[in-house]
Order: sequence, then C-alpha cells, then structure tokens
Amino acid sequence: MRLLLDLARGMLTRRLRQTLVSVTGIALGVAFFIATAAIMRGFQTYFVTQIIDVSPHITIKDETRRPAAQAAELAHPDGAVLVHGVKPRDRVRGIRNAGQKVAILEAMEGVAAAPVLQAQSLLRYGSRDVSAVLTGLEPERHRRVSNIEKDMIAGRLEDLRRSANGIILGEALAWRLGIGLGDTLSAVAPSGTVLSMKVVGLFRTGIQAVDQGHAFALLKVAQVLADRPNVVNQILVRLADVTQAEPLARQIESRFGDRTESWEEQSANILTVFVIQNAIMFSVTGAILLVAAFGIYNVISTVVIEKTRDIAILKSLGFTEGDIQLLFLVQGIVAGLMGAALGCVLGALMIEGLALVRFGVQTPSGQGQFLLDRDVRVYLLASLFALIAAALASVIPARRASRLDPVQVVRGAA
Amino acid sequence: MSGPPLLEARAATRQLAEGVVLVRDVSLAIQPGEFIAVTGPSGSGKSSLLYLLGLLDRPSRGEVMLEGRDTARLPAAELAGLRLAKLGFVFQFHFLLPEFTALDNVLIPIRRLGRLHGAAARDRAMGLLAAFGLADAWQKLPEQLSGGMRQRCAIARALANDPALILADEPTGNLDSANAAGVFDIFERLTREEGRSIVVVTHDASLARRATRQIRLMDGVVVSDQAQG
Ligand SMILES: Nc1ncnc2c1ncn2[C@@H]1O[C@H](COP(=O)(O)OP(=O)(O)OP(=O)(O)O)[C@@H](O)[C@H]1O
Ligand SMILES: [Mg+2]
Repeated sequence: MRLLLDLARGMLTRRLRQTLVSVTGIALGVAFFIATAAIMRGFQTYFVTQIIDVSPHITIKDETRRPAAQAAELAHPDGAVLVHGVKPRDRVRGIRNAGQKVAILEAMEGVAAAPVLQAQSLLRYGSRDVSAVLTGLEPERHRRVSNIEKDMIAGRLEDLRRSANGIILGEALAWRLGIGLGDTLSAVAPSGTVLSMKVVGLFRTGIQAVDQGHAFALLKVAQVLADRPNVVNQILVRLADVTQAEPLARQIESRFGDRTESWEEQSANILTVFVIQNAIMFSVTGAILLVAAFGIYNVISTVVIEKTRDIAILKSLGFTEGDIQLLFLVQGIVAGLMGAALGCVLGALMIEGLALVRFGVQTPSGQGQFLLDRDVRVYLLASLFALIAAALASVIPARRASRLDPVQVVRGAA
Repeated sequence: MSGPPLLEARAATRQLAEGVVLVRDVSLAIQPGEFIAVTGPSGSGKSSLLYLLGLLDRPSRGEVMLEGRDTARLPAAELAGLRLAKLGFVFQFHFLLPEFTALDNVLIPIRRLGRLHGAAARDRAMGLLAAFGLADAWQKLPEQLSGGMRQRCAIARALANDPALILADEPTGNLDSANAAGVFDIFERLTREEGRSIVVVTHDASLARRATRQIRLMDGVVVSDQAQG
C-alpha cells in the first residue's frame, strides 16, 4: 500500500498544476457547502427553537378532520352509500368534555395542558374600534404552556384576576386604540354582548400580527363575552420533550377524535421552505463538486494516457489489474482528501469571516448578525461528498488503466 | 543438461483474432543455467515468443509450463504473481519510471513482492546497483543516467526478486557496441555463476554467438535450435 501511495505521488507530481486546480475545485465546493450549511442551519435552528418557544407544541381544536359518520354510512359500512357535502349540525361548537380531557393530558408524564376560548371581538375605546382575537385563559395553567409571561412589558398574567374584567393587550393594539394601562375599554362580541374591561397588562412578542391583534382575558370572562358558557375551543399542550409532539398529537387525535395539530403541522409551511432551502444548498454544492470531479477525472485520465508505458512495465513486473486500478483510485482519493482538508480549513475561515459581518438593520434574531451553526458533522458530510466524488471520478480512468495490455504497449514502444 | 526444465513450451501457437499467426507450434524446454539467444529476421515472431515464455501473453493453443505447471489457464492475477516472483523482463527501451531514482526503480518489484522490508530491501537493491556499476548513481533519476546505465539499471530491476529466468527483448538495440558487450558480459555471469536462465532476442550475430544455445525463428516457426560455444 505504501508502494502504491509512493507511485501515486510520483505520477501526480508530474501534473502538479493540473492536480492543484482540481484540488482547489474540490476545496471550494467543500468550503461553500460548510459555509452555507452554517448559515442555513443556524437560521433554521433559531427559527425552530423560536417556534417551539412561542407556540404550543400541540393544539387540540374544536373540529374533526372528517365529517362525523352519517347514519346512512354507519348502516352500510361496506361503502354502498356515499354521502357528499355533509352540512355540520348546528350544535354548540367547542371541545366536548374539555375539563376531562385536560385532566387526562395533565396526568401524562411531561405534559402540560391548558384550555382556552378564542373568539373574535371588537374593542372600542372612545371613538376607535379595533377588532382583535380575544383569548380566554386560566393564568395558572396557561403559564405552563406559553411563554407569554416573558413578553409582558406591563402587568402580569395574574393581574387578570385582580379586577372584575381585566384585559391584557398587545402593545401595538393598545397604540391603535390609544389606550393605556388602567384605562377601561368596551369589548363587543359578535353576539352583541358588551363588556367593560380594564387594561391590566401589555405585552410585546415582536411578532406584529400578534402584538396588534391579540388580547387576553380570563376564560370565564371570555365565555361570558362570547355568550358561550363553559365552552373551550382549544386545548394548548406543552411537552417536556418536543420531539414527541407529532406522535403524541396523533395519539391524542385518535383517542379524543378532535383535530389535533403538532407544532410541526402548524408550521408546515415554514418547514417546507427549509426543505427547499436545503435542497437548493445541496444542489448548488453538488454542482460545484460535480465540476471539481470532472477536473479530477480529467487529471487522472491524462495521467493514465501519459503513463501508458509505466503502467505496462508495472504490469510486466507483476502488478495485477487490481493493483493498477487501486493505484489510480488512490490518486483520485488523495486529490479528494487534499481538497476536503483544504475545503474544511477554508470553510472554517469563511464561517469566522461571516461571524464578523454586522448588519445595519436588526434581524429577527435581534443580534444584527448571522446565526451560524458550527457542526462537525457538516464538515464530515462535506468531506465524505468530496471523497465520493473524487473516487467516482477516478474509477473510469483507473479501470481503463488496469485493462491496458502490456504486450501492445511494449510492442509499440520497442 | 537434464532434470526437469525450468520453463517448457509445448506446441505453443499464438494466433491473433484476425487469424494472423505470430508463433506456430513452438516446443522448447529451458533448463536452469541456459543462455539462449533467439534470432531471426524482423517480424519472425521473436518478441511474440518471448511474451509467451514470459507469461505476459497466453498461447492460443498448446501449453507453457513453468516448473512443470501449465500456466495457460491460470487467472491473470496469478500470472502476475509468477512474473513478479520468478521472471525478469528487460526490453529494448529501459522503461524506468521517470519520477523515481535508480534505487527506487529497483525497489519497486522488491516492495511489491514484500519478501524483503526496510533495510534488507534497500541492501538488496543497492547490491544489485553496485554489481552493475551504478553504486554512485543510486539517487539519480533515469534522465540523469546514460543509455548504458539506464539499461543496466533496468537489468538490476529485472533481477530484483532473484528470478530464475530472465527474458530480454533486444536489450542492446539502443546501445553502442561497448555497452552492448557489457550487457552480454552481465548475462554470461548471471548464467554461469548464478545459474539463472536467460532468453535474449538479438539481431546481432556476434553477440548471439556468445550464448550457449541459439534458436532461429522464421515466420513464427522454430527453424533451428542448436547448442553452441
Ligand atoms: N497486434 C498485431 N496485429 C497485427 N499484426 C501483428 C500484431 N502484433 C504483431 N504483429 C505482427 O506479427 C509479426 C511478429 O511480430 P513480432 O514482434 O513477434 O516479430 P519480431 O521478430 O519481434 O520482429 P522485430 O525483429 O521487428 O522486433 C510481425 O509481422 C508483426 O507485424
Ligand atoms: Mg521484436
């Protein structure tokens, strides 16, 4: 093996410049892969933690995925009857037996659950009307499923209990109403019920849609306003282990029948974008590596042609076809290894360079700089890609070299 | 000369796919210590015969036996192993690897065989170089050597694994008469003193007379096979 390495080195140094060019190509591919992966994964990881942080891990809704089975279908389960366009019965909407379901969930290990009633309402202060989603909640339970407390800039969740009809507003919502802490507004429900509510707190999540369109009140108060006594239309669940969200959501749905969505399902749009981003990243790097692989193919092919005599003499000396094939594979792999090593160094430098970049504007992360993910596995993956590309690129010329008939060559040269 | 032959061709014929016959029905046995010159006009099949005897090519019909073993049906890798351990080739062109020093060139077959390692392998290679007057040139690249030195280095490489049989195809074709005579001196020594067998193809009649046996080829057929000297 040492001998093959020595021979490979001798042959490659002959084509030093060409070899260096293809090695650089591989290195660039590897480096770009590492750097883009750092940016993308950094951003994506931040985003996902953000989602996991802000939104409930599982949301149980007052809907079912499919219309309830109709009597005709139940009577003919073999599909003799097909019922189309089922109109929902005019029943009281809401999750049935919510209290019992919350109790069942809470009994599970590492699960916290909180019932809420979300309803549209019109908030009126002086001459201003702003429509908002009013979420009725139970502060003690809600605190365990949501991070809204962290976002409070005035007052606390418990303050809802302090006054008869307390309300907590998003900061931007308060601005739009022109209202301040301690002021009293009127909340109007679609049913026509009107309640006087006192602003006991303000929050700022940083998400515009939430800050200017959401408000919180006690569950009981929201039920009174919406005229839906004892109704809960969502159960929010938070888990100690987020990775269990999807399987648990499926389990809950099959048990309760209510539509249950994990955070992954609720963020499917964004997660799909990530998949596309990653696919683009992989294809761009793949293209770079492909070009570099062609470079290696080119070098090895040239060496094989140039070294026809040497190959013939090695075979006549007693080197097997396998030896010769390995000899040229090794050259490709050596070029790939050098490219990978150089690329890892280059990639690391690029990441450190990116880390120094400061944006003039605030990014969502608030730091005004790239969020970089420095994962050793990315380096390994990129190097592996480079090696595979290099090895594949040298297979064809290596096989050609191994099949060379020494008799033909020796005859021609004599 | 008696005892089992080192190498034996039995009615060996080499025919190309297009029907051209390079070597026809050649039967000959090579005993240890024989110095055989193969002569004949250009295109008579001398090289073709040498490739058959050197297991570099396979006969289309007939057999080539090395130490009593038929080689015609052995897999290519096994033939390569036999060439590595038991045979040595010298060609008209030296075929030294240009990136490697004289020493490294001689070391290549030794390292591939792997019987000698490290200092022992180096000593063997240096000994061979010294025997052919290349002791001071061991770290030179082939391009820095003269024609005669290159050919002697190539002979040293052919001898690297202590082969029983050396096959040389016009090894003196590119050399002046002094250097050519030097190569034949070496061959004489290898056969007489070391008991190796040599088959050498040559166009030079006076050099051919120095061999102990001369085989004449004509159109791929052995026309005469005589002991001499
Ligand atoms: N691949 C081939 N295709 C066609 N003809 C071939 C091929 N190889 C060899 N020949 C022919 O076979 C004949 C024998 O060739 P060979 O090289 O063995 O002769 P030679 O005696 O060594 O000749 P020289 O003295 O010129 O080296 C020649 O006429 C040569 O042209
Ligand atoms: Mg010839």
